[in-house]
Amino acid sequence: MSDQFTLRVNGADHDVRDSWLGESLLEVLRNRIGLLGSKGACEQGECGSCSVVVDGELVCSCLVMAASAIGQSITTVEGIAPDGAPSDVQRAFVDAGAVQCGFCTPGLIVAVHSLLESDGEPSDTEVREALAGNLCRCTGYGRILEAVERVVVERRR
Amino acid sequence: MAVFVATDVASAVERLDDRPESIVLAGGTDLMVEVNDGRLRPLPDADVVAVNRIAELRSWRHDVAAATVTIGAAVTYSEMLAEPLAQLVPALAEAARTVGSPQIRNAGTLGGNLGTCSPAGDGLPVLAALGASAEVASTQGRRSVPVVDVMQGPKRTTLGSGDLIVSFTLPVTDGWQGYAKVGVRNAMVIAIASTCLVLDRQRRSVGLALGSVGPTVLRAPELEAAFAAALDWRTMSVHADAVRTFADGAAAFAAPIDDHRASADYRRHAIGVLTRRLAARGLDALGAAA
Repeated sequence: MSDQFTLRVNGADHDVRDSWLGESLLEVLRNRIGLLGSKGACEQGECGSCSVVVDGELVCSCLVMAASAIGQSITTVEGIAPDGAPSDVQRAFVDAGAVQCGFCTPGLIVAVHSLLESDGEPSDTEVREALAGNLCRCTGYGRILEAVERVVVERRR
Repeated sequence: MAVFVATDVASAVERLDDRPESIVLAGGTDLMVEVNDGRLRPLPDADVVAVNRIAELRSWRHDVAAATVTIGAAVTYSEMLAEPLAQLVPALAEAARTVGSPQIRNAGTLGGNLGTCSPAGDGLPVLAALGASAEVASTQGRRSVPVVDVMQGPKRTTLGSGDLIVSFTLPVTDGWQGYAKVGVRNAMVIAIASTCLVLDRQRRSVGLALGSVGPTVLRAPELEAAFAAALDWRTMSVHADAVRTFADGAAAFAAPIDDHRASADYRRHAIGVLTRRLAARGLDALGAAA
């Protein structure tokens, strides 16, 4: 068992107890803190469904040891639109039909926000490279790329 | 037992020295895969020493007079592929860009690459071909070790339990350097075969290192010397036969195995292709500039 520690998630402090040493941030987010938006699938950084932002960097929360993230600022998909109204990226995903089973969606939403914060006008190739770590088995990616394009165009206005 | 988030090298190595079973955690992209899978459990009397918030490990510096760059062990692939580091060590930037995905590149580190010491580690052929040295700290002090001497076998290094990789020092070369890799797609791929080639015009030397085709990354000094001797360094031209001999030699030098990713034959062939392709790219680039 690890000592109790505190994580700052979406602007709020959460005390984490009874976590086992080495437990991933993904497990702690879902099972200790109760934030179920980040999904767990591969648990080896291959699928991107657990993507979160730690101190400004997009990472896979399954590869972050939770207790090592003390003092860092963690943003999950729940922190993207905290007041309940969907973000522009979330709306674009719905409008473009980029959500099918929905399992990969939270990770993609976090990844797209992270991409557009660092580059507001990414080329198609740059979008594909930026989202290469987020696997979707339903859409074939076309509608996801379209959703990103919609946000780029909207934000330009 | 605890997770210790170190903020300086001294406290990190003290902790490692106190509890020899402790585990060094850098970006977590290798370590956490093993933890999640249950293959690795931190022991009750051991610590996890997180090193990716040690300022010295997180920074890099360019020594212009010495023509070297020193890269902290916890510098991430995302930082290596971005300017200004990319311009100083282009092959490392190319290798970094082939690592995983943005999520992995934002976390994975060069020190972790050597610590894990997979023969497929993308940073390692670059460090080997450039003759990089690693600075290693322990409670006994610091020492500088050639990276090729640290790599002992698949996931085995010569580093002891109290050792911490602090940084890597590599030359800033005048000439051309490149990295190429074969995998099943452009992202999220562990190299089936990889090659780094350095054409150092000032030293008139060639560096060639091969990944995923031996128990560790392989460096080929005899092939390097032969190709360097065949090159006209003034015009950066060479007889086509010499490139073929170099590439065939690299393929023959490779010592691959069959595994679930590829057959040994395929890997050997890939090394020949990659070596020929890199040599052509480098000579084109330098010949056009000459």
